[in-house]
Amino acid sequence: MGIKNPFIDGEVLSFTSPPFSPCDSLCAPPLLRAFFWLVSLLLASLVWFISVQISNKDSAAQQKGLLIFGVVLSVLLQETFRFAYYKLLKKANEGLLTLSQEETMPISIRQLAYVSGLGFGFMSGAFSVVNILADSVGPGTIGIHGDSQHYFLSSAFMTMAIILLHMFWGVIFFDGCERQRWWAVAAVVVSHLVVSCLTFQNPQYVGSLVPTYVILLAMAAWAFHTAGGSLRNLKLCLTCKDTDFLLANHRPR
Amino acid sequence: CPVGVGCSSVEKKIYVHLNYTLPCVRLLNATHQIGCQSHLSGNVGVLHVLESEENLDWVLRSGLNPPYLVILDSPLFTRSIMMKLKNGSSRVAGVAVVAPSTNPPDGVSPHTNCPNENTGVYTEKYDPALAHCNVTVWNPLGSGLSYEEFDFPIFSLKDDNDTKVIRQCYMDHNRAVNGSAPQHPLCAMQLLSHMSAVTDTATCMRRSDLSAFSLSLDTVCDPLADFNVWASTRPLNNTAKGHKEGESVVVAAARLDSRSFFFDVAPGAESSVSGFVALLAAAHALRSVTQEAPPPRNILYAFFQGETFDYIGSSRMVYDMEKKHFVVDLDNIHSLLEIGQVCLLSSSPLPPSSFQRFLRARPIPGVVIQDHQSSFTNRFYESMYDNAGYLDISYPPDLTPEQQLQFVTDTATALTEVATVVARSLYAQAGGDQARLSSINADPQMVTQMLYGFLVRSNNSWFQQLVPSNLMSFLADRPTNLYVGVLNQHSELTMLVQHLLANLTGTTVNITQENCNYQREDEQDKANKHMFFYVWVQGAAPPNATEREGFCTRSTVRLTSALSPAFDLQEYTSKDYSTWTESRWKSISGRIFLVAGHELEMLTLGVGLGVLITSLLLTYAMSAKADILFSSGREPVNATY
Repeated sequence: MGIKNPFIDGEVLSFTSPPFSPCDSLCAPPLLRAFFWLVSLLLASLVWFISVQISNKDSAAQQKGLLIFGVVLSVLLQETFRFAYYKLLKKANEGLLTLSQEETMPISIRQLAYVSGLGFGFMSGAFSVVNILADSVGPGTIGIHGDSQHYFLSSAFMTMAIILLHMFWGVIFFDGCERQRWWAVAAVVVSHLVVSCLTFQNPQYVGSLVPTYVILLAMAAWAFHTAGGSLRNLKLCLTCKDTDFLLANHRPR
Repeated sequence: CPVGVGCSSVEKKIYVHLNYTLPCVRLLNATHQIGCQSHLSGNVGVLHVLESEENLDWVLRSGLNPPYLVILDSPLFTRSIMMKLKNGSSRVAGVAVVAPSTNPPDGVSPHTNCPNENTGVYTEKYDPALAHCNVTVWNPLGSGLSYEEFDFPIFSLKDDNDTKVIRQCYMDHNRAVNGSAPQHPLCAMQLLSHMSAVTDTATCMRRSDLSAFSLSLDTVCDPLADFNVWASTRPLNNTAKGHKEGESVVVAAARLDSRSFFFDVAPGAESSVSGFVALLAAAHALRSVTQEAPPPRNILYAFFQGETFDYIGSSRMVYDMEKKHFVVDLDNIHSLLEIGQVCLLSSSPLPPSSFQRFLRARPIPGVVIQDHQSSFTNRFYESMYDNAGYLDISYPPDLTPEQQLQFVTDTATALTEVATVVARSLYAQAGGDQARLSSINADPQMVTQMLYGFLVRSNNSWFQQLVPSNLMSFLADRPTNLYVGVLNQHSELTMLVQHLLANLTGTTVNITQENCNYQREDEQDKANKHMFFYVWVQGAAPPNATEREGFCTRSTVRLTSALSPAFDLQEYTSKDYSTWTESRWKSISGRIFLVAGHELEMLTLGVGLGVLITSLLLTYAMSAKADILFSSGREPVNATY
């Protein structure tokens, strides 16, 4: 027969083992994670909505307090859902492992952490910025009431910081859960709270952006270290001695 | 938005919406389109407050941030400035005129010099020497701005808080300091008044007719139309149309409508209100004497709508008379007496008047009563300043609205004398008994109440008593708008004149509300609905009660169509009849905001693209070198999984 059977012909790689395509493991987590983030946001906004309705609308102090409460609650809910997601992924992975014939997982928990953090961050960023983008489409810019012109730029940078932070927090958080290092988990929650509360500094954009970026750099370094990076590796990569190193010290990951 | 937390909506931080916007809209006729137009999404321009005519140079030539949106104070809203702006329209995004709260001292009239010059009686064929105002220019102050075409929006703003915000924004951001260019961000305004119709009436009616066959097309224009109000001293059988044997009628005519440059603003105090209020008062004065000693000829009071726009109402009535669609025809008319502008107190050709349309059809003897010998004395003809202030209708301070309604002003007294003269002339012309002439007097109380209702506030206690309860919503806390409006749009003015005339010339009959609404005196009555018009009006609440006591008024008041015959005949390029239409539009709004400099916009875009490309490259690099970068982790091989 002249027709090549893709399941027999070994040249078509994507149909050979492993039986699960990479997309199973790599595409679902961010989407699922994003969904989890949405659910946490929904819960938080429900609580906030109810509490605003029953509160005293005229008291400015109470409204501000309510806002802070809302933010704190939202952060805590997000972290709770991140933990729930971690548990879910673990269970799913165990299930996959028993089903497949492999000895190791097709995707490491570290990659899962990165990917899920990214999904989380993406959804969070989208929600932060889509509103602002929609209003920026018209002919005008901010400022007629005296606000700073740089609102759009600052929002963009803040959103970028948040997305990256979520990614790093995801890595650190999952690693902390893996190794039972609860102080790492606590550090993630605390820094998330700090960054969210820093936004109350707006419109002092310097006051909110600079500390956020400082925390971002710190988290980046920590996540890099947690994921297996080190200064030595970085130097090796940058000075292009990596290929020699690989040949010398190749280990399966 | 919740108090205290602040409006977090970004849109509210950017835009300040203008609350009170009066646009100029597009009108079309057989050959032209007039008025203003904006782009589909509105015209955006950098604000510039014009200081003088020389300052126009900044807008038209030397300014660095075109297009500009020019803010004018009303003394600068002149023909020469507007024509220069029209010619430089690539650099002009729009104009906003700040209307003052008091009338300007010099006269301002945006109408043409020779109103209705092509549809009157003086044409090339009849008395060409008098055509086109060759002998008398009726409106010498007319600049003709209302009849020009502009391709940018022109709005009118009140001199209130919104305008202060606009001026402050201009002062803060747009002023050139010491000759250097103003820095971004600049204050800008967007005006939206996109008109759907283009070119002329024939085009827009053709497109509107097509909309009946296609779901995606809309009607784009509507003919200007309304209803004429008429009544007679002796009842006429309304169902028998055409010539009435033995009926000789003296027509007493007045014009109802007016216009100005801006849409739906038409106070028309001297242009129209003076005339029809005088006629209403005359009709009231004649009520008792025409019952006790009826003159041999019938008197037909006719109030025409749409006269401003090439005699829509009177041309329609003449057409209906010619086609035998009206209760009488042209042969029944003995003579015509028309009341023109009569409030300002100073053998020539006829001024623009409804009488001219009757003359086109039949030589009928007639006269037009007016307060001017040759040109109009009205300095604000068909302009937004032709209001109560211009007629010097002033009330002593500290009067409540109710007291103002009752107060007899000097203007009212003067107008009452005119009404008395008119009433007596009509009675004499109708062949009435000369001995009774001195007993005919118009009532100054009635006149002042009418002037108050039309020029100051139509929602007053007297008008409220005269209208049926379902029409109460038409009454407003501001002067009546005399603009004719489009077909199927009920106008406050026509409704008020109809019910006023019913009350002033009719009688109260003691019948039930149900019979009144069915146009009959009792269950068996089938004849009276042809002769009379019955309307159940609200009446007043008696003292110590809250419910109004309504009653039924019987009169001979009727409405007839005031739609130009050109639309019935579908002759949209007619030269004989009015072909005016008004364009439709989706929305009209204005807002102010700041616009960022080009540099900041490019910087933002550049930064964004840079970050995007950098992050892509970084991600690719890290992913390619992932083996190396993440290799030194202490990876537990066999899991805590």
